[in-house]
Amino acid sequence: MMAIEAISVRKSYGKGIARTEALKGLDFAVSPGELFGLIGPDGAGKTSLIRILATLLLADSGEASVDGFDVVKQYREIRRRIGYMPGKFSLYQDLTVQENLEFFATIFNTSVQENYGLVRDIYQQIEPFRDRSAGKLSGGMKQKLALSCALIHRPSVLFLDEPTTGVDAVSRKEFWQMLKTLQSQGITILVSTPYMDEASLCDRIALIQEGRFLNLDSPAGTIARFRKTLWAVRSERMYPLQQDLRHCAEVDSSYPFGEYYHVTLSTDMPDPDSLRTFLHGRDHPGLEIREIEPGIEDVFMQLMQQPHA
Amino acid sequence: MPELLPYMIEAQALTKKFGDFIAVDQISFAVPAGEIFGFLGANGAGKTTAMRMLCGLSVPSSGQGRVAGFDVYTQSEQIKRSIGYMSQKFSLYEDLTVSENMRFYGGIYGMSLAAIREKMRRVLQQLHLEQARNTLVRSLPLGWKQKLAFSVALFHEPRIVFLDEPTGGVDPVTRREFWEMIYEAAHAGTTVFVTTHYMDEAEYCHRVSIMVDGRIEALDRPAALKARFGAASMEEVFLQLARGAQRNDG
Repeated sequence: MMAIEAISVRKSYGKGIARTEALKGLDFAVSPGELFGLIGPDGAGKTSLIRILATLLLADSGEASVDGFDVVKQYREIRRRIGYMPGKFSLYQDLTVQENLEFFATIFNTSVQENYGLVRDIYQQIEPFRDRSAGKLSGGMKQKLALSCALIHRPSVLFLDEPTTGVDAVSRKEFWQMLKTLQSQGITILVSTPYMDEASLCDRIALIQEGRFLNLDSPAGTIARFRKTLWAVRSERMYPLQQDLRHCAEVDSSYPFGEYYHVTLSTDMPDPDSLRTFLHGRDHPGLEIREIEPGIEDVFMQLMQQPHA
Repeated sequence: MPELLPYMIEAQALTKKFGDFIAVDQISFAVPAGEIFGFLGANGAGKTTAMRMLCGLSVPSSGQGRVAGFDVYTQSEQIKRSIGYMSQKFSLYEDLTVSENMRFYGGIYGMSLAAIREKMRRVLQQLHLEQARNTLVRSLPLGWKQKLAFSVALFHEPRIVFLDEPTGGVDPVTRREFWEMIYEAAHAGTTVFVTTHYMDEAEYCHRVSIMVDGRIEALDRPAALKARFGAASMEEVFLQLARGAQRNDG
């Protein structure tokens, strides 16, 4: 049995000309114990999908189940066994840290003591502030409390909606370490993120854009979708270099990536001699052109610009 | 012609205390005109407090600060008129149309109606948004909103623009188009002060400062920082510095 299953899930909002199709027929399944990532920008449909699976929103059509239970007919069963951390902080701001945790344990008919082992590593970091009201916590501490509250009833499936948005690079790394630990305890995790670099830590990822999956595979399989040779190009004059790349007839795409431009060529040659010649004639001291491995973000950008099938 | 200043932003031992807590601890730096200056730091490092002082929204506890030549203690109103500001969290009024937002921002910065009309025409043309001028901002795609918000922050032609995580949540193609707009603005002489959590974007800045526990721990060109820390990327530089933070956010 799959931990999560969705078949042709559709959802739209609004009517008439204001109608927006948030989900355009999504199919996927997540195995028990899998760490599955929904990767895409704001407005792609990540939150709508998670809310449908968490039984907080009804799909217009299609079917979905969690732990084998139907999201419409058996929503009560699902609510008992999932943990859900929404993108917006949704704990009780006027309750203290400890009161929030105890509240969530109680409504799930359990106690903090019973499942403390599962949240210990996370909760210990905010325990010094147990008597502070949740509304007065910093962003990082709120995030840890919300995760503790989502876990305190030992859910079998955990839904995390953009847990790392607006979080700095160090805290993001730590958060993903926590997810790996939770996964090792057998919890299935569906996590959404707009940060493409986090995708590599998932078992499988769905790249989502405008309500469609662009691709669904392992991170390595996703990268293998990149069909062209990718070149990293730089010089000491980066701004003029971009203009020149745009004017080079052979350049198919050119995007800044850190200190390089990632360039694909229209004719996929093993050696970009003519590009080198073209740029040499245009005053680019320190010119460097080398082949590199594409990343998830390269694939995402290539796929999002292809016309829909 | 605006007066020529060696530096558009100058901070000298700039400090902000809240009771016993030193949020910003004697930071010093200077940003020349036309520079793209990246202002990085972990959550809770003091970035927002520092930025509020530079925008004339918070009075420092001690130290010196000048923005566009104006003193942060005594000339905060002149500073506010000389800068533009945009963040991912708040930028435009969703329930106003595209042109109403421009009229509103132009108006509060004291532009004449004629100047607003002329500027609006140019901006709509640049963004290819002529058809959308009477559309509510709420119904624009996020990528368009962010580009429009940047143009609106530059509407009154400020000498400095502060961008607080301008690209959060934006798709990767739009994120790069947005940076091209930043480059264009800097090329035209606008000074850009920008915060981001995307470490690849740190590489696009001319210089980058990294705040840890209220202090600036490193400030240099990205290439120089990477060489100094023996790091392959700005992300590694950031992780090396920010991991040592005592005052992390959680």
